[in-house]
Amino acid sequence: MTNTIADIEKADVILVTGSNTTENHPVISSFIKRAVKFKNKKLIVIDPRKIKLAEFADIWIRPALGADVAWINGLMHVIIKEDIYDKKFVEERTVGFEQIKEMTAKFTPEYVEKITEIPADKIIETARLYAGAKAGSILYCMGITQHTTGTDNVKSLANLAMLCGNLGIEGGGVNPLRGQNNVQGACDMGGLPDVYSGYQKVMLPEMRKKMEAAWDVPVLPDKPGLKATEMIPKAHTGELKALYVIGENPLVSDPDLNHAKKCIEKLDFMVVQDIFLTETAKIADVVLPSKCFAEKEGTFSNTERKIQRVRKAIEAPVQAKEDWQIISEIAGKMNYSMRYENAEEIMKEIASVTPSYGGITYDRLEKEGGIHWPCPNTEHPGTPILHVGAFPIGKGVFNPIDYIEPAEKTDEEYPVYLTTGRVIYHYHTGTMTMKSEGLNERAPECFVEITNEDAEKYKLIEGVKVSIASRRGEINAIVKISKKAVSGTVFIPFHFANAAANTLTNGALDPISKIPEFKVCAVKLSPL
Amino acid sequence: MTTNKNQIIINGNNFSFEQGETILNVARKNDIDIPTLCELKGASPTGACRICVVEVKGAKALMTACSTPVANGMDVMTESPDVISSRKETLNLLLASGNHNCAISGAKDWTRFQLNVCKEEDNNEELCPSWGECKLQDLCFSYQATGGQYQQNRTKYPAELANPFIIRDFSRCILCGRCVQACNEIQVNEAINFGYRGSDTKIVAAGDRPLKDSDCVFCGECVQACPVGALVEKNARYTARPWKTEKIKTTCTYCGVGCQIFLHIRNNKIIKVTGDATSSPNYGSLCVKGRFGFDFVNSSERLSSPLIRKDGELKEATWAEALNLIANKFSEIKENYGGDSIGVLTSARITNEENYIANKFTRAVLNTNNIDHCARL
Repeated sequence: MTNTIADIEKADVILVTGSNTTENHPVISSFIKRAVKFKNKKLIVIDPRKIKLAEFADIWIRPALGADVAWINGLMHVIIKEDIYDKKFVEERTVGFEQIKEMTAKFTPEYVEKITEIPADKIIETARLYAGAKAGSILYCMGITQHTTGTDNVKSLANLAMLCGNLGIEGGGVNPLRGQNNVQGACDMGGLPDVYSGYQKVMLPEMRKKMEAAWDVPVLPDKPGLKATEMIPKAHTGELKALYVIGENPLVSDPDLNHAKKCIEKLDFMVVQDIFLTETAKIADVVLPSKCFAEKEGTFSNTERKIQRVRKAIEAPVQAKEDWQIISEIAGKMNYSMRYENAEEIMKEIASVTPSYGGITYDRLEKEGGIHWPCPNTEHPGTPILHVGAFPIGKGVFNPIDYIEPAEKTDEEYPVYLTTGRVIYHYHTGTMTMKSEGLNERAPECFVEITNEDAEKYKLIEGVKVSIASRRGEINAIVKISKKAVSGTVFIPFHFANAAANTLTNGALDPISKIPEFKVCAVKLSPL
Repeated sequence: MTTNKNQIIINGNNFSFEQGETILNVARKNDIDIPTLCELKGASPTGACRICVVEVKGAKALMTACSTPVANGMDVMTESPDVISSRKETLNLLLASGNHNCAISGAKDWTRFQLNVCKEEDNNEELCPSWGECKLQDLCFSYQATGGQYQQNRTKYPAELANPFIIRDFSRCILCGRCVQACNEIQVNEAINFGYRGSDTKIVAAGDRPLKDSDCVFCGECVQACPVGALVEKNARYTARPWKTEKIKTTCTYCGVGCQIFLHIRNNKIIKVTGDATSSPNYGSLCVKGRFGFDFVNSSERLSSPLIRKDGELKEATWAEALNLIANKFSEIKENYGGDSIGVLTSARITNEENYIANKFTRAVLNTNNIDHCARL
């Protein structure tokens, strides 16, 4: 997030898109609901499902799946045409306005209606509301990113925020809500194929030199590595021989699971390090037991870039070890010494090589509770709001982006759109939440959410199992008729390994981020 | 203290205030303790319980400090004899309003009954599950309210046990309304409210249905807000008295919000989880997973030993065997096919420190940049 969670209540208008906030970030959803109910703030919800948050919204608009660039360009078209954009911000802090004006020229409300099925007058109304805010906050999640145009969607939201001067201010921002406890930290710490910790690029010779010296190795590889969604197919072609999986469960979370399984089975060697024998661990060559969050010291970085402490509360199962210990021991056996006393000592090394974490110490975290990066030195208070006064690259660049259709469309054989997501009672592949009887009682099994109209059309009965099939596979799930659904589109949560929605999803990737298009594929529904 | 503008007197001392502040706000800012029961931080004051009453010079009746805005020149006494006697009376009425037996003295063997809480396993339903962390009990102790003056009211509403997480014991409810505010004004789930009237008043969900059939999403904000034993965590009830547990502050392991939580530990087990009301970002709020989804930690399905596949099956192995095998295999594959033939999926679940080590290992030891995690999934 460019801004903080607390900042949400300071926005005059909150635009939520592609985030089912009440289910996936319930505590953040309360900030939004409070702002609307008690602080007289306006809420725009743009989502293909009529999610709970839509009940609180001043405007809920429903775009067709995968049509996000079109409605965002449509909003910008109206805002530029009606001359209600932030001229001072655009002039002083951005470049490329003319190009964006040119690109959005054709995205008239009528043209956008054709692509998105959003009524033209709603586009105009929404544009006026967002542009009219003194501070407007955009919150988004995987409904925006999990598309073959995921990168385009995010850049388009950034365009919209810049156009209205909503960056670098309280209550503004472009705010991705990050899904996992430390997904922000995993990115920050170099758990990505193209960067070391603090997003220092492996392609840059000076960065490699710095890390070679810090790690005492002669040469570090200079070409960016494979992304997760690229590794799996490379296993199929034999280019990838071994996979070391730490606390991940790709055999439930990856797209097109039947194919993913075939790929992984081709590996010569797979190690899985986890707290449970996950679906992926079951087919590994070696499985290593880890400690869980309650059994170790460390830090997580949350969605607002705040580094917070994790503290040991209990003893782990006798044989389990901390992940860093296991990795260090393997390194030692491969003749590279990685000796650390404890997590705090590792944080000292992180701070010494990572500019944005330069001022992070356990002593400070103890005293201050949490620090937002960038925090370059121990005197620096941290940075709750990014881009105040300037962008890291100087001026913000508008990226003109055209609309591209999703990779898979419905047809006669597969006439219904499927979009996947999560429910409040489960978490990711369920390895943790499905150990709770109570959570299982609330959400016992997979379901397909559908309108009454579509249920009748395909002769499906509430509470009865049906077959859902795509070009890639088939699962069975219980029919759940819901007012959240919109005719022509069904929703299935992906948590349940025994009816894994990802058996159906499309493995088509965004060309830049390599994110799969989980949010759009074509399926058919039939009674069993 | 030369100007009288925006000044009030509390217990004989002058204090300045800002427009719109309540007596309670000004008192708290200046470390003057006024007891409260129904007041809930972040929600609008209701003045329902009347524990926070204070004496305001010139006013005909005692005023509730939580809902009375200060006015210039106001002269307030927070512990005058009238105030104390009013609070004591309120407490006595509350004690009589339901099943509140912890402060009522005079009964036969009362001390032995009370001391039951010190036993290792005291799950005697007669003793309130909130014994030792009850605001009503604390206040009765402070004001020496012993109850017994009024006939004890017996509620006609049976306790609701029909959901996996929260027990609603109406016999111990004092109708302070904190749960209603927590649900409607803090979490804004709008699942519960006051229902019925007069002596029939009850906190109800969706036309008096069980929580599980209402809009309740079991965030447990109401449980954390309940000052007495009316709302308690089902799994934590009677597992351990509060003074027998240790509280460790940490960060929730579920989504990216990073809620600050307390793990309540007893005998190396997590007994319950509560939100840290003093820390951002969540200020005490949690969701159902964060508050109730910790069974996995002590699950019997936790991996307890390294496993190595032998003859097609995963079999228990020692750490030395497992690590040697991994180191040899990685070295061999790196030697024969190069580092780029190995991939590492690090994790959005593990700590920063561990991710940094995974990044260092991949690049410095395996000599590849093939590292990623499930950020996209």
